[in-house]
Amino acid sequence: MFDTLLPYLLAGISVGGQYALIAVGYTLVYGILRLINFAHGDIFTAAGFFMVYLSATMPPYLAIPAVILLTVALGFTVERLAYRPLRTAPRMSIMISAIGVSYLLQNLMWYLTGGLARQYPVLPWLGDTIQIGSASTKVVTLVTPVLTILLVVALVTLIKKTKIGMAMRAVSVDFETAQLMGIKINNVISFTFIIGSAMAAIGSMLYFTNYTAVTPTIGAMPGLKAFVAAVFGGIGSIPGAMIGALIIGIAENLIKAAGLTMFSDAFTFALLIVVLLVRPTGLFGEKTTEKV
Amino acid sequence: MKKIIALVLAVLMLVPALALGENVIKIGVFEPSTGDNGAGGKQEILGIQYANSLKPTVTINGEEYKVELAIEDNQSVNDKAVTAAASLVNSGVSVVLGSYGSGVCMAAGDTFVDAEIPAIGVSCTNPNVTALCDYYWRICFLDPFQGSVMANFAWDQGCKNAYVLNMQGEDYGSGLANYFVKAFRDLGGNANDPETFPEGNSDFSAYINNAVNSGCDVIFAPCSTTYAALIIDQAASQGVSFPIMAGDTWENSAILNAAKGKDIKVYCSTFFDENDDAAAAAEFVKGFKEWLNADSGNLNNNGGNDIVAAVSALGFDAYNVALTAIEAANSTEGKVIAEALPAVEYEGVTGKIAFDDIGDAKKDMAYIKYANPETGVFDFVKTQKVGE
Repeated sequence: MFDTLLPYLLAGISVGGQYALIAVGYTLVYGILRLINFAHGDIFTAAGFFMVYLSATMPPYLAIPAVILLTVALGFTVERLAYRPLRTAPRMSIMISAIGVSYLLQNLMWYLTGGLARQYPVLPWLGDTIQIGSASTKVVTLVTPVLTILLVVALVTLIKKTKIGMAMRAVSVDFETAQLMGIKINNVISFTFIIGSAMAAIGSMLYFTNYTAVTPTIGAMPGLKAFVAAVFGGIGSIPGAMIGALIIGIAENLIKAAGLTMFSDAFTFALLIVVLLVRPTGLFGEKTTEKV
Repeated sequence: MKKIIALVLAVLMLVPALALGENVIKIGVFEPSTGDNGAGGKQEILGIQYANSLKPTVTINGEEYKVELAIEDNQSVNDKAVTAAASLVNSGVSVVLGSYGSGVCMAAGDTFVDAEIPAIGVSCTNPNVTALCDYYWRICFLDPFQGSVMANFAWDQGCKNAYVLNMQGEDYGSGLANYFVKAFRDLGGNANDPETFPEGNSDFSAYINNAVNSGCDVIFAPCSTTYAALIIDQAASQGVSFPIMAGDTWENSAILNAAKGKDIKVYCSTFFDENDDAAAAAEFVKGFKEWLNADSGNLNNNGGNDIVAAVSALGFDAYNVALTAIEAANSTEGKVIAEALPAVEYEGVTGKIAFDDIGDAKKDMAYIKYANPETGVFDFVKTQKVGE
């Protein structure tokens, strides 16, 4: 029994960890700006393409940091050009701007890459095949959950213990008061986008090492599922996003194991509806009273 | 000021019309160059362009007409296909070639019927393309045939239990999967009712686990090359040792790249073999390779190498069938060409082409190829007919 389930569980934990790294980006930005950054899935895709093109010209130990840097630059630029000018606008405007950025990035990638699937390069070590019990899989499957937990712990420490973390918490509680207290909120917000994009870049390396084709729209589905994970875990909560993502990843694979392959995506989105109806704040979300 | 600009623009628009001093007949190319099937669509267009470069003119009523290709990208998506078909109709084409992929052809069929423009399917293998549309012909074999060819091949290889997988709601894959299952069961083998994966899926590990757990000794997974690459890669990393098979779409560089250097056996059926020693085929392969290598853009569209894809050969034949039909009709009018098409017979590089009552080419042979992971090319395995 366990032998048959083991490969599904491995795949579930691994894909769950990858969703978690994307979900962190959603939840951080939501926590600070109350904005659902719809372009996040496309930034994840862009990171995939950066790796495809960069690895053709440089060795992996240079390409990996370069991909993270480029992705961070992209996330930073998006915030700078599309969200910052709308800082005082109603929240709906900035949301629509996010949708616009998402389509812009998708179409730009479509145009620049010719719209065909690209084979993701094999990263050393991560792409090797190993044997666990009766199941055979890639090293990345095992690395993902460990790396995800480490990154989430580091991030929580950053937010709880450091000065910039304190500033982030202050901005998330009250935008204007924080500004009056002398916090440079633009810097804090830029920093949030930088962390979120870096996580998406790492997530994309793990994801595409397992699932090796990059297309301009490939980020849409993982992006949506990561968003559901963030809501499920309680949007704004980083450990919540991780646990939500792991649950979704494992559940999806177990449903496929049960032979209900067609319903695995439906499950994820049904979960979103149920969570919104029964417990809108998610597993770990804080109950907030609506301020006037 | 605005009036002047408007005037200038209006005059500029007249210029191309004035330039049309010579006689021109337009042939529409209805193919994907982006999306899931973009890689194959590009190779099909290359075949058509090469044919056009060899025969750039056609004689109608004693007058020489220049053949102009109008290429529209249907993006491998059914709803975009209708728009692409409509813009071909608007640009005044006399006959349409394409497409790679059956779903887009079925979606666009009505548009061609309304405009009374005949369409010649190049590598769309679903029977409904021609069966449900009076203005569609086709020059390749069909899925019921291809499905049973692959079932026979798998059976001959000693496979007894098949696991079948295709994309949910995709016309080509689900049709072919069902024909395979039927044929394989008729032979006495076991096959599941096809499992489906949703569009945009990239995690195939669970499906491959299902396959392994079902105790199968062959996977049949007709789908576009985008998914195929993922399936092959994940099957290899999960240590799948039995063969993976599919239909004509898999004869593509994307499959070779995915299988290269891995311990995996991938087979597909296709329409044409590069090493065919028939005179016409050999001449085509030689000329086409030279033409590809002369232009880096063409080479790039072919997937970066000069391996001749079967769909390029089919594209080449489709263009020549269209020219033969235009000459037989002696007209640039779509309706007249459509009346001439059923009687057209043409000796092509993919074999003799003659149409049956439904509009399908009568073909009875498929080529089986093996994606060699060591050399990174397709090895010809055998030609397969049904019920050998």
